[in-house]
Amino acid sequence: MNDTMRKVAIARKIARPNTKEFIEDIFEDFLEFHGDRLYADDGAVIGGIASFEGIPVTVVGIQKGHDLEENVKCNFGQPGPEGYRKALRLMKQAEKFKRPVITFINTAGAYPGIGAEERGQGEAIARNLKDMSNLKTPVISIFTGEGGSGGALALAVADTVWMLENGLFSVLSPEGFASILWRDSSRVEEAATLMKMTAKDLMKDRIVDRIFYEPKEGIENNLKFTTDQIKTALRETLPELRGLSIEGLLGRRYKRFRQYGEFME
Amino acid sequence: MNLFGKKNYFSLDGNEDKRKNDRRKKRNEPSIPDGMWIKCNTCKSIIYKKEVTEYKLCPECDAHFRMSPEERIAITCDEGSFTELDSGMKPKNPMRYPGYDEVIENAQKKAGIPEAVVTGHAKIDCYEVVLAIMDSHFMMGSMGSVVGEKVTRAVEYATEYRLPIVIFTTSGGARMQEGIISLMQMAKVSSALARHDEAGLLYVTVLTDPTTGGVTASFGMLGDIILAEPKALIGFAGQRVIQATIHQKLPEGFQRAEFQLEHGFADRIVHRKKIREELATILKLHSS
Repeated sequence: MNDTMRKVAIARKIARPNTKEFIEDIFEDFLEFHGDRLYADDGAVIGGIASFEGIPVTVVGIQKGHDLEENVKCNFGQPGPEGYRKALRLMKQAEKFKRPVITFINTAGAYPGIGAEERGQGEAIARNLKDMSNLKTPVISIFTGEGGSGGALALAVADTVWMLENGLFSVLSPEGFASILWRDSSRVEEAATLMKMTAKDLMKDRIVDRIFYEPKEGIENNLKFTTDQIKTALRETLPELRGLSIEGLLGRRYKRFRQYGEFME
Repeated sequence: MNLFGKKNYFSLDGNEDKRKNDRRKKRNEPSIPDGMWIKCNTCKSIIYKKEVTEYKLCPECDAHFRMSPEERIAITCDEGSFTELDSGMKPKNPMRYPGYDEVIENAQKKAGIPEAVVTGHAKIDCYEVVLAIMDSHFMMGSMGSVVGEKVTRAVEYATEYRLPIVIFTTSGGARMQEGIISLMQMAKVSSALARHDEAGLLYVTVLTDPTTGGVTASFGMLGDIILAEPKALIGFAGQRVIQATIHQKLPEGFQRAEFQLEHGFADRIVHRKKIREELATILKLHSS
């Protein structure tokens, strides 16, 4: 197994701390809120209000389970449109009350199902991209595990994007890439390396601004090792982002996403 | 596309799968091949090529064949009014994908344009408008850096000159060969559209066959007004991916334009012969 595939395996580990555990470790007074106010409450996305060292914040993230029962409740961390709409509802609420938003991303991707299509999975993701780009409050996104395509991006249009050492973000899975582009699933390791989906690769491509290290014994055995670094980063970054004017903040966010692309003229 | 963590969507060893893949490719071959006779993929009739007019409709069943941007401009814009923007923009190889240059060269030959979208400004029934028209003949209209950049610039141009923008979509989604950069185009275009929207300007999407993946999940679904061509395939997840996930047959008409209308995700289904007229009416009612 090559380096990237080892990271893929770690990112997908069922014991890997989930969003709820990150939230409870980093924040105080977490109150979970439910529902998109339109159709349902999607267990794959959790969110609510909390405080970070006295600052009220909104937290939203994609939730995975540690066993089958939990995973059925959160649909294995694959949100439907209700999940993305719940996330947006909570982010809009944060905008109203001038609370910074912190999102946690760990998903194989948006759920591909009949109901999800009937209720507009594409529309829900599109709306999040557009409205997050214009959300008049600071947004910080943290990739904690898998970062599968549009379903992950839908919570990551942020002022700054952070990632755990074994986090991932890519346009599709290495398995999918090898199957679709090469029609050869045995080339998955080659695909994984080529896709530059690890935190280090993504930092080089300016997709990720900051990496948090994980303990040698595995993050599931020592979550605090990593959340301490996240807290330090929040302590530095939150005042900085809150100090910007809304215009300045949105201008910066626009530039951040405007820069992506390689082409010749 | 959602392919993360799914190890066996379809098995890929052996020639049977390759043959299946080739057959699928053939079946989906959208455009009209050279020669006197062509076959309609919808009604399977053999059609005399000369019977197909500039609207590219099946004379037997009225199926809307896939079109090139050039053909689309001819039936949509006032004659001679189209001025292209960023015509020289060409792709690089951000992920160092082996053989990408060759893939691009073949796509350019096949489609006759340098990338999968043509942008510009034009007049429709004397109303000024910015246009972006995608082309499924170019790597299935997949969105990489160039598509994202050209569409973003077109939107920014429209915002700067306070013009409406109309985007004709057709795309299989993000261009996998460009990796994560292709995914980021979704956020880039959507951010530009947010500014156009904030400026109080009009955006009309025309969804044509097929519009899926990252294009649906970004500018495809963001129009103030969303029109769709009859029977166009429109959705987020690919049908094979859904089938492999749920192990169920997909319902008849799933993800077609009519399905999107029924579920509230398109404003109108418009026959291709009426699109120019409807766009003109929409532009008229939004002109000050």
